[in-house]
Amino acid sequence: MSHAKDNGIDIRNNGAPLDLNLLKGIRVNKSAVERRSATMGTRRSVKKEWQAAWLLKAVTMIDLTTLSGDDTPGNVIRLCAKARRPIRQDLLDNLGMSDANITVGAVCVYHNMIETAIEALEGSQIPVAAVSTGFPAGQISLDQKLEEIEKSVKAGAKEIDIVISRAHVLRGEWKELYEEVKLFRKSCGDAHMKAILETGDLTTLTNTARASVVCMMAGSDFIKTSTGKASVNATLPVSLVMVRAIREYYEATGIKVGFKPAGGIQKAKQALEWLILIKEELGDEWLTPELFRFGASSLLGDIERQLEHFVTGRYSASYRHPMA
Amino acid sequence: MTTKVKDIFETMEYGPAPESSSAANEWLDKHNQKFQLFIDGKWQTPASSKYFDSVNPSNKKFLAKISNANKKDVDKAVKAAKKALPKWVKAGPHVRARYLYAIARQIQKHSRLFAVLESMDNGKPIRETRDIDIPLVARHFYHHAGWAQLRETELKEYKEVGVVGQIIPWNFPLLMLSWKIAPALAMGNTVVLKPAEFTSITALLFAEICDQVGLPPGVVNIITGAGETGAALVEHPQVDKIAFTGSTDVGRIIRRATAGTGKKLSLELGGKSPFIVFDDADIDSVVEGVVDAIWFNQGQVCCAGSRLLVQESIAEKLYAKIKARMEKLRVGNSLDKSVDIGAIVAPVQLKTIEKLVKQGIAEGGDIWQPSWSCPQDGYFYPPTLFTDVAPSSTIAQVEIFGPVLVAMTFRTHPEAIKLANNTRYGLAASIWTENINLALEMAPKVKAGTVWINCTNVFDAASGFGGYRESGFGREGGREGLFEYVKLKADDQLTIPKNSVKKVVIKKSAYTAIPEIDRTTKLYIGGKQARPDSGYSMPVISKSGKHIGEVSLGNRKDIRNAVEAAHAAESWTAMTGHARAQVLYYIAENLAIRKSEFASRLSQMLGVAKAVAEKEVATAIERIYYYAAHADKFDGRVHHTTSRNVTLAMPEAVGVMGIVCSDHTPLLGFISSVLPAIAMGNRVVVIPSESAPLSATDLYQVFETSDVPGGVINIVTGKQDELAEVLANHDDVDGLWYFGTKEGSRKIEFAAAENMKRAWVNFGKQRDWFDKVQAEGNQFLLKATEIKNIWIPYGE
Repeated sequence: MSHAKDNGIDIRNNGAPLDLNLLKGIRVNKSAVERRSATMGTRRSVKKEWQAAWLLKAVTMIDLTTLSGDDTPGNVIRLCAKARRPIRQDLLDNLGMSDANITVGAVCVYHNMIETAIEALEGSQIPVAAVSTGFPAGQISLDQKLEEIEKSVKAGAKEIDIVISRAHVLRGEWKELYEEVKLFRKSCGDAHMKAILETGDLTTLTNTARASVVCMMAGSDFIKTSTGKASVNATLPVSLVMVRAIREYYEATGIKVGFKPAGGIQKAKQALEWLILIKEELGDEWLTPELFRFGASSLLGDIERQLEHFVTGRYSASYRHPMA
Repeated sequence: MTTKVKDIFETMEYGPAPESSSAANEWLDKHNQKFQLFIDGKWQTPASSKYFDSVNPSNKKFLAKISNANKKDVDKAVKAAKKALPKWVKAGPHVRARYLYAIARQIQKHSRLFAVLESMDNGKPIRETRDIDIPLVARHFYHHAGWAQLRETELKEYKEVGVVGQIIPWNFPLLMLSWKIAPALAMGNTVVLKPAEFTSITALLFAEICDQVGLPPGVVNIITGAGETGAALVEHPQVDKIAFTGSTDVGRIIRRATAGTGKKLSLELGGKSPFIVFDDADIDSVVEGVVDAIWFNQGQVCCAGSRLLVQESIAEKLYAKIKARMEKLRVGNSLDKSVDIGAIVAPVQLKTIEKLVKQGIAEGGDIWQPSWSCPQDGYFYPPTLFTDVAPSSTIAQVEIFGPVLVAMTFRTHPEAIKLANNTRYGLAASIWTENINLALEMAPKVKAGTVWINCTNVFDAASGFGGYRESGFGREGGREGLFEYVKLKADDQLTIPKNSVKKVVIKKSAYTAIPEIDRTTKLYIGGKQARPDSGYSMPVISKSGKHIGEVSLGNRKDIRNAVEAAHAAESWTAMTGHARAQVLYYIAENLAIRKSEFASRLSQMLGVAKAVAEKEVATAIERIYYYAAHADKFDGRVHHTTSRNVTLAMPEAVGVMGIVCSDHTPLLGFISSVLPAIAMGNRVVVIPSESAPLSATDLYQVFETSDVPGGVINIVTGKQDELAEVLANHDDVDGLWYFGTKEGSRKIEFAAAENMKRAWVNFGKQRDWFDKVQAEGNQFLLKATEIKNIWIPYGE
């Protein structure tokens, strides 16, 4: 299992100078991107043992998430228990994965639940991620945002999911965006930073590509599609554009930045499509929780059912799997 | 199993993902792996008693025995189609629409069986047959079910052609079948279709479907076989039209074989289509475009983007990205759902590819192939990239028909156009730029029937597909495709005149006692009156046998000069329709001023009454008005295709055209054939009436005073058939109209095969040039233009 370090990630992006020329040169053709995305899941098919293994891999990449107004320690503790033992032991035994220490990638909560989650995950090496900077809209002052990050880091969050100021993107204020994210990154300290672009708000794929690059130059360890709170969540075309930006950044700097699609990924089949996307566009090195995460809450349930189907040959029911 | 999961968990490799072939095998078993011919609604044993094997190129395994139809079988099939024709015609549009609709439904219902069989027989990936070929097949039948319903209202003046012989290639077996059969049936024709010998199986399943939907016997006949079977079909006297898709060499043979027979012909041939990338394109999307262009169907695609033209400033970056992508392509068994590239159809094709690649290396091309190697159990070939290829190298010119891409660079967009058009072919082009100004400047300038902007290999039944130059002629799909399967009702009225040109003996008394002032009629080339190269003249004798003047005796060099002048007058084509109309109206105006002079000339030459001559002049003026009116109105369409894009169907001038005028009605015949051509933007070389050329030579002054730019109309007088043959054999002439004799028509069509120029001949049949139905209208405009389909996807 790959959670070698406490924080779950051992690669950092220290950023790069803002290159406005590079930004202006970015071209994204929506129709062509959609065409590629549409064939991502039809050009490759993962079946049988391969599917089981890939789905288990997907489990280790899940940021198991609860971000609700009605979150209490009760349901957060339950979520953490599920994070430790996401797949029924008998299924793991059958798959020959008993000793593989399959856990999810992280547990993702609001600031208030950090301590509860850390306690519940003690000894598991599963990091706690906190959403921050006025998640999901980000419409608070910069000071408040930085303070929120610092508080969460102090509370023990090893990963901080920040939201960018979409206004900077929509107004073409790239320098301002760069400076803002750089400050976020500084406040994160040793905690790894995921920059949420909220691509639904950015509207165009070109905006998404440009914002991706700026966030990486400003030192984001991950770029993430969405908050999961907007009407448009992670889509394959958006992901393709962000992943290609990651590849460009890697080719230019040698730094591997992670990717996290979030929101709307509920089915095992979708998870496979995203893994295929990563394998095809970025390569096998990115198929690790250090560089790829799913922001999802209900995906795990579907994966559990598919895995049971693989083991028993019978279609499974959700009540057969312990809930989060 | 369990250790496997653990291993895969670490490596995250792909595994096998086979599509089951059991239903396909069951179907083949049901037929005992042996198929007869589908003739007259029945499965009939071939008269030849001969069969050949169809083999799965992915594993070299035997699939089925296929009948080898001989001449007798072909004859039987054609007779069945002929017999079925009257009832099928009488059945009417709605009945035909219902059958086509039923076929579409039936194909959809059995889509997976079709997809699996196609993949096994051809070697192409199941992803492609499942997601592209078969859905397009169903779509083609649905779309044409609609055209069947609409024929009588949308194409009122037209009727069916009759019995259609269709010969299709092995690269898209069922899709090409649908492109052929759907429009043919929709327009009321009956069909004899021959699939390619490597890939007959889905056509035979299709025959079963025709049977299931109760299609009347003989309406569709499927005869299997190789080249000789096809030749027998082409040569059969009762076939009224041949539609062929395949190589340019075979297309040429067919053009020659059908020359002068009156058979209608459409040819969709080879290509070496440019894939043009500008520095402002979305490069990552370009890479996927390249994959779709040349690694779709193993590159065995007539419109494959096989010539990569990339702007110099981004060439290295693009090559690196393409190579990285190639490394990730997967080649293997066509039924594996995770392969990008399947098997080459047959060993002979594989050998051709290998030979050309070797030649490419020998000629100094820089070859690159991925590090992995192909499986050995089938006929596989790896994706291959040649960079730094010069236009002069063999692999940059010939169609490889395999997964081999050749790349070269350009500096500016005018240079890109030159490189793109530096080919005998003209099937398709793909242009990648985020600049709409650039894209829409490029699209009309590239010689290609289909232009894809920021996409490639996109097809739909509502859009016409077909070539320029040696990529063939005719369109398949869309409204423009229907014209290949209909003829004008008025054409039935045309007859071959009983007494052909009669020799007039010059009477001695013909010479007048007092000589008139001598007039020297020269040739009209490049807007100037030019002396003939030969230095000879020929006499013009009136119908009554009187010597009334002399015209220059033009020869091949005069034709050469005239063609060059026509090419130089390129700006005429670029002019707006409105501007051309002004010139045309001006011609009418100046002709009207001199109408009595022109009438006198007609009386003098033809010996007709004054009133008849005046009527010819008046009709000519009206006809000029007709085409001036159309100059800015005969425009294109925006097709309703199925993806998010604007598909512009744009009529373009054919280019430089030769026009050999009718020997009768010398003024009106000239005007009726020259005006539609120039109204649509063509530049013409005209051979006027041989026996009565003076109306044409009198027009020089009219053209000169009407602001007709020099070179737009060039006139070479002389022996019509001799000059016509020079035009027909001229490679820089794009189209040729011939209104002469039956034998002359045959010669023109035969000679036109060489560069696939668009030839329109009359087979010796006489038009009444006064009759609007016969001598004016849409058919002239359609023949003066080619439809280019430009696909422009949009969305930000």
